Amino acid sequence: MSATIADVAAVRVPERSWRSEGRAVRVVWRRDLIRFADDPRMILTWMLQPLLFLFVLGPGLQSLAAGSTDGVDLTTFMFPGVICMALVFSAIFSAASLVWDRELGFMREMMVAPVSRWSIIVGKCLGGTTIAVSQGVIVLALAGLVHVPYDPMLLLGVFGLQLLIAFAVTAFGVMVATSITRAQTFTSVVQMLVMPMIFLSGALYPVSGLPAWLGVLNRLNPLTYAVDPLRRLVFDHLDIAESSRRTLAPGVTWWGWRVPTFIEVGIVLALGMAMLTVAMRQFSRTE
Amino acid sequence: MPAVMPSTPPAIEVEALGKTYGEVEAVAGVSFTVASGEVFGFLGPNGAGKTTTINMLCTLARPTSGTARVNGFDVASERGDVRRHIGLVFQDPSLDGYLTAAQNLRMHAELYGIDGRVVPDRMRQMLEMVDLWDRRDQRVQTFSGGMRRRLEIARGLLHSPRVLFLDEPTIGLDPQTRSAIWRYIGALREAEGTTIFMTTHYMDEAELCDRVAIMDRGQIVVLDTPEALKASITSVTVASPTMDDVFMRYTGSTVRDTDTSSAADGNRELARVVVKASR
Repeated sequence: MSATIADVAAVRVPERSWRSEGRAVRVVWRRDLIRFADDPRMILTWMLQPLLFLFVLGPGLQSLAAGSTDGVDLTTFMFPGVICMALVFSAIFSAASLVWDRELGFMREMMVAPVSRWSIIVGKCLGGTTIAVSQGVIVLALAGLVHVPYDPMLLLGVFGLQLLIAFAVTAFGVMVATSITRAQTFTSVVQMLVMPMIFLSGALYPVSGLPAWLGVLNRLNPLTYAVDPLRRLVFDHLDIAESSRRTLAPGVTWWGWRVPTFIEVGIVLALGMAMLTVAMRQFSRTE
Repeated sequence: MPAVMPSTPPAIEVEALGKTYGEVEAVAGVSFTVASGEVFGFLGPNGAGKTTTINMLCTLARPTSGTARVNGFDVASERGDVRRHIGLVFQDPSLDGYLTAAQNLRMHAELYGIDGRVVPDRMRQMLEMVDLWDRRDQRVQTFSGGMRRRLEIARGLLHSPRVLFLDEPTIGLDPQTRSAIWRYIGALREAEGTTIFMTTHYMDEAELCDRVAIMDRGQIVVLDTPEALKASITSVTVASPTMDDVFMRYTGSTVRDTDTSSAADGNRELARVVVKASR
């Protein structure tokens, strides 16, 4: 072993600038992608639950629901909800890497680098969004199996909504991750919040004609405004009777007023930005 | 003292630096200066406030009183500039185990904005120095504790920091790795004039420092060259004292709790008396 460094390559660390922040965002983003791509088992684990709902629970409940779906397959109905579910799971699990980074020590490497903490959070959100959308796209590719046509406009629209939802949910996960110090706490908080949010969002059943208390919780649930535009977009491209469209994809109403898509999208985007801001602030605190 | 140029400003200047967590005074106003190119040892029992001091110097904690400048930049108001000029090796690992050694270093280079044209050469030099060049494409997960520490050192040096902070860099390592780490430190100082600020519990390592500060209960009880410290406690009973003797003499022989809550009490007064007596 020789510990001499002859003719060492001269290195200079430049002053902080927009370029260095851009680099930091890219580093954090790419790191998430490398880790994701290196572990295909992880992809399979994340896909399992949504697919279980779509291809096991859906057909299983079909016989019960057959009378009330006007001939529309239950799996077709659940499809947009399951896309949303896949996005939520993978976005939250990507955000959890922030907690693991802290627990395993890597966080410190990022904390002492000459870059803004904000860039790290933005990079994390981009990484989570990319990973979640890639999962969403896989589910979307299965559209044909549940009688949803491969219409280019439909695919494009769903892709756009997926980007939005994945970003907002990642921002939510990152916000929780920045306010929590132990990985275990993160898991339990997420379990306490995520499944109720999915069930209350109408991902798996129509939101018209719910009992009053359930209806209120449904309207208060941010995820409702992510599932609804997805479902209506899918149903706009189905060849079915107008009456079944009204029953199965009635849209979200506030005191009888149907909330237009742009407001729903606006709600999801605004919440995503707000949670991103909270996460940035929390992460920038120095003790 | 080797490699200290009279014209270069000090690498670290600390003035009455203090940190309070609620009621607990972890660091109670310390002052010292580390010259450029110096190897500075920072000693003290567990819970003495060493790590808190390092955290303040490398911008991970905000001082509640006093000031500190690293490479001429204020640690509170010029944090970005401080971070550009320092490298860190912590006692807890901070590598990404899922990535390979090379990926870890490349990510670091990019985070620090190092010119992409020099990165491959620099990376190779650092990895060769710590004898990990052959393992560069293996995941860090598969590395032993000693290999990880060596990789951390390579990474901490990748961006050519002016000051390298080492928080117990040799803890839990076998003697071979420990001595290798000291060889890197020597080589580095020679090649780039890097200032080393390190904490250690090994008194034989303290001997290798240019100067040593001993911290206890949030204060620096004594600061001098190892030789002068040993000379200061030479007496009829202890004819040729070791650094162990020095350490025990200045920090007492009772075992401490790691928490610092009992710090700000009468013992500090005692420590002051000891310092005065030693001068």
